[in-house]
Amino acid sequence: MPVRIQTADFDISAEIAALRKTNPKIGAVASFVGVVRDMNEGDAVAGMFLEHYPGMTEHALQNIITDAHARWDFFDSLIIHRVGQLAPLDQIVFVAVTSAHRGEAFDACHFIMDFLKTNAPFWKRESTPTGERWLDARVTDDAAAARWKQ
Amino acid sequence: MIKVVYLARLRDALGTSSEQIPAAQTVADLLIILRNRGGVWAEELAEGKAFKVAVNHALANPATALKSGDEVALLPPVTGG
Repeated sequence: MPVRIQTADFDISAEIAALRKTNPKIGAVASFVGVVRDMNEGDAVAGMFLEHYPGMTEHALQNIITDAHARWDFFDSLIIHRVGQLAPLDQIVFVAVTSAHRGEAFDACHFIMDFLKTNAPFWKRESTPTGERWLDARVTDDAAAARWKQ
Repeated sequence: MIKVVYLARLRDALGTSSEQIPAAQTVADLLIILRNRGGVWAEELAEGKAFKVAVNHALANPATALKSGDEVALLPPVTGG
């Protein structure tokens, strides 16, 4: 269950190949890629800086994966999250899950992403025409994570 | 000494990224010490403000006990992903 925080971009195809290459029991790989948009809350976004809290970030992501394993039977997972300066079109985050059948992979991937949004210490600072601004947390993200507790 | 770390928007608002506080019994005690500075400290760390506290990289609550050498972090609402 690797977790990587990095400034460098990542190759989705290579990451998925590496995640599943040694296990012939895998029948499904579900993945999610988050990317930088050029617009947020009606303002043009020229770029964003992603900050995290080293040490806690890895711990928080491992905890999310442990929670996912307690709920679904899947083989392996991978989380990559970039930090530093990013521009529109750049990839930010990658989550992949391998399992025997698609249901577990889809659900675990969705769960990991929802809790990454609410529980992992990352912060975005956007560059807009009116200056730099820290993003506010979205109520919809809390609702998305809360859904899994029902 | 307890190391206190301020992250992201809170670091910018408070104008400092980290400091050493001589002693505090609990997270609640530490927050009182910081709020008692007044001004932006009282404002940003007021009761009901949306921030979380981590002690040694794990989320904590007001009753969490503190000891010398701990690292306490004040985290604004997270916005990753």
